[in-house]
Amino acid sequence: MGYAIEIVGLKKTYRSGVRRRSVTALNGLDLCVNRNEIFGFLGPNGAGKTTTLKILLGLLFPTAGSARVLGKPVGDLSVKAKVGFLPENPYFYEYLTCRELLDFYCRLFSIQKSERGKRIDRLLARVSLDHVANRQVRKLSHGMLQRLGIAQSLINDPEVLFLDEPMAGLDPVGRRTIREMIHELKAEGKTIFFSSHILQDAELLCDHVGILREGRLVNTGTLQEMLTPKLASYEAVVTDIPEDAIEELSHIATKLEKREERFHLLINGTENLRRMERIVAQSGGLMDSLSKTRGTLEDHFIEFINPQPGEAVNK
Amino acid sequence: MKTWAICLNTFRETVRDKVFILLVVFALIMIIASRIFGFLSIGQELKIVEDVGLASISVFSLLVAVFVGTTLVHKEIDKRTVYTIVSKPIHRYQFVIGKYAGLNLTILVNMVVMGLFFYLLVRLMHGTWSSGFDMAIALIYVEVMVVTGLALLFSTFASPTLSAIFTFLVYIAGHLSNDMMFFGARSQNIFVNIITTGLYYILPNLSRFNVKNEVVHGLPIPPNFYVYSILYGLLYCIMLVIVSSFIFERKNLK
Ligand SMILES: Nc1ncnc2c1ncn2[C@@H]1O[C@H](COP(=O)(O)OP(=O)(O)OP(=O)(O)O)[C@@H](O)[C@H]1O
Ligand SMILES: [Mg+2]
Repeated sequence: MGYAIEIVGLKKTYRSGVRRRSVTALNGLDLCVNRNEIFGFLGPNGAGKTTTLKILLGLLFPTAGSARVLGKPVGDLSVKAKVGFLPENPYFYEYLTCRELLDFYCRLFSIQKSERGKRIDRLLARVSLDHVANRQVRKLSHGMLQRLGIAQSLINDPEVLFLDEPMAGLDPVGRRTIREMIHELKAEGKTIFFSSHILQDAELLCDHVGILREGRLVNTGTLQEMLTPKLASYEAVVTDIPEDAIEELSHIATKLEKREERFHLLINGTENLRRMERIVAQSGGLMDSLSKTRGTLEDHFIEFINPQPGEAVNK
Repeated sequence: MKTWAICLNTFRETVRDKVFILLVVFALIMIIASRIFGFLSIGQELKIVEDVGLASISVFSLLVAVFVGTTLVHKEIDKRTVYTIVSKPIHRYQFVIGKYAGLNLTILVNMVVMGLFFYLLVRLMHGTWSSGFDMAIALIYVEVMVVTGLALLFSTFASPTLSAIFTFLVYIAGHLSNDMMFFGARSQNIFVNIITTGLYYILPNLSRFNVKNEVVHGLPIPPNFYVYSILYGLLYCIMLVIVSSFIFERKNLK
């Protein structure tokens, strides 16, 4: 069937201002997204996430490289008919009501009048905006706007959904709703490509993630692969340890904390774990608990977005 | 249907922008004018009111064309409403045509209302409404369509303020293009001649749409003149929209 999204060597340079100073937003991005998966596009501020999405939606033209969606070049009308897009901080005609706005978008898809009403009602209920259906967009709260944005992105029952920071500005309930919705959409067979810096959401949602830094993909893979730490780390809780043994332990542990007569230790690597166990046993102490920790996506993210020592930082 | 949706929405937007307040101003000016010149009563008051009426219809419509026309596309980009429209399955030229048609619809409604008010006033003052007035107003409308097109074209690459200035300059030059041609033909310099001839063909010849004086003073105008002027104006508008679309199709919507 081919990929849902295929990006090859994408470059984008913005030129702006009188002096035509150029900013390189994307610098040779390669990326493929399978059909029917949830792909998290992660990266720090200014990494080029929004730029990528705008190119995929045909709003910006790449300086070099190419992008295909559902096997066709971006900008193709038949592709646009099958995608949905939620821009970053969406903004709509503020003098229309939610219902009028969605009706307007329906018309851009040439959806028949008889179908429009039903579809709009269903969508408004889905994003819990049915109670403000006839309220003007200008009178909506930020989170409501975001929900309206999601509703409009689903108006054509798209095959591929592009969401630029879908969780931004949502309360915890709203975030949960959107997460559940994204899972449902996947179950319906859709592909969801979303950008985010809320890593927790990405962790709860994604099949694959790609990490972008300075316009390039620095890592991509399944969450499983990313979260398997290179070096196993362990969390241990010990009690009844004499002072001198504590001293010894502090050299091994990456973190040592005293909480209510118990010591919490963070140990990296099996080598250190063995040593720690020996010290505890010899000193007559007691190990209350020992567990293997899973690196979080956040650890991984920070590791990747910080320039590695010795690496040339392209400025 | 997609273009129509954009057109209708633009109409709606301009209506909400209180463009029609101008109608009230227009009505006030007309009533005041008829009062003031009524007092003078030198037998010319009707002509003066007719003059003021046609001039006001023209000026108010041009104001809308320039000030709304130059923000038409820019506002959509600035407020980021364009992202959710251009990413839908429509061609960018449909968007441009829709915006253009929407504003012209607003101006049309505006002008019809002003025209009716003008008509009533003329009849109240016991004047005769000749078909020349209809034609004069129709030509003003065509001229305004051209000016809207200019505003649209400039706004696809310049800021609203710059676009308004450009539009205004072209408007002036467009009214002088006959004179310019004349001046060029008389000058001995071949370069001046080439430039003025070039400008004559590039700039819209807006004096073709101004028959206000002739109509007010009952001077004859050949029917062909109307036909050719309207055709010329429409062709010019089509050209402007094509060029605007061409630029907008390639524009990065940042
Ligand atoms: N219109 C523009 N003109 C000039 N430079 C721009 C423009 N838009 C973005 N950039 C630059 O391009 C780079 C990438 O920006 P982009 O908006 O794609 O980042 P992002 O990953 O979406 O960031 P964020 O997480 O803050 O939304 C940044 O360095 C930014 O300054
Ligand atoms: Mg962004």
